[in-house]
Amino acid sequence: MSVERSSHPRSAGVTRDLTAAPGMREGRSMTEATAPPFEDELLERLRAGDEAAFMALVDRHGALMLRIALGHVGSRAVAEEVVQEAWLGVLQGLGRFEGRSSLKTWIMRIVANRARTRGERERRTVPMSSLAPVDEDAQPAVDPGRFRPADDPRYPGGWAVPPQTWAGLPEDRLIAGETLRRVRAAIGRLPPRQQEVIVLRDVEGWDAEEVCEALDLSLGNQRVLLHRARSKVRGELEHYLSDLGTAA
Amino acid sequence: MSEPVIPGGISCREVVEIVTDYLEGALAPEQVERLEVHLGVCGPCRVYVEQIRTTARLAAAAEAEELERHPDREALLAAFRAFRGDPGG
Repeated sequence: MSVERSSHPRSAGVTRDLTAAPGMREGRSMTEATAPPFEDELLERLRAGDEAAFMALVDRHGALMLRIALGHVGSRAVAEEVVQEAWLGVLQGLGRFEGRSSLKTWIMRIVANRARTRGERERRTVPMSSLAPVDEDAQPAVDPGRFRPADDPRYPGGWAVPPQTWAGLPEDRLIAGETLRRVRAAIGRLPPRQQEVIVLRDVEGWDAEEVCEALDLSLGNQRVLLHRARSKVRGELEHYLSDLGTAA
Repeated sequence: MSEPVIPGGISCREVVEIVTDYLEGALAPEQVERLEVHLGVCGPCRVYVEQIRTTARLAAAAEAEELERHPDREALLAAFRAFRGDPGG
């Protein structure tokens, strides 16, 4: 699907659409994806053995690391182990860290790699080829049965069962605890790589470039994973919200 | 009988597969133009694009509850002390 056309993510026509999409925090520039100035100071403190700086780092990133790990391994206990190992990796790598990526993408890269390795070992599968991380699941975004056939005389490939708008639902209904619980559950059921991408992009609000750096993905593959993830979560939301609509 | 209608030359079934590329600004300008022609006349596809945006927004809203502290701060602190060569702390 998405063949990379331009290596530069801010090529023509990007700005308007990006700012229009609520999942993508507007106004974040590329420059912020690289190490912000305060990181230099933080790094210096870490290398100097400042415990408070280290624990602040743990508190800032620990929950997300655990979430990433949980996407790959079968149990919380194993995920916690993975996070613990990743922190040791961070400590060992600190001296060599050059700040070419931000500290947070570097840390997430370490935990994602370890979680992936651990998950693969757990499932006793042949390690997924890093060349084809997006091929783990190639379902269409929407059930093909909801479209008219390609040889339809009126609307080839047009909607047969169109989506019903959510615009009529009150906002408080939409962001109600139960809806959000469903969203979290839907995300939790995604294949690991889709989960990583949607968590970092939409849940955490990272830039595409940061996600690619942390997860070792091309921009194109990152988009494919995000697409599959959002499509599936939308599908589950549609299912839930339509029930809600009929009940109301 | 009238001719088949495919607004912008893109079918609805194709629209749902390029919506992320569209929102990410990864479509070529001529594709954007065709897609917007399609969206201009196709209400269900506009609904679909809006739902993808809402999905991203709800995912962001679903974040907060999950936050928790690292389970084993003590062990980490010990590791940090060992790392800086100060086992006593």
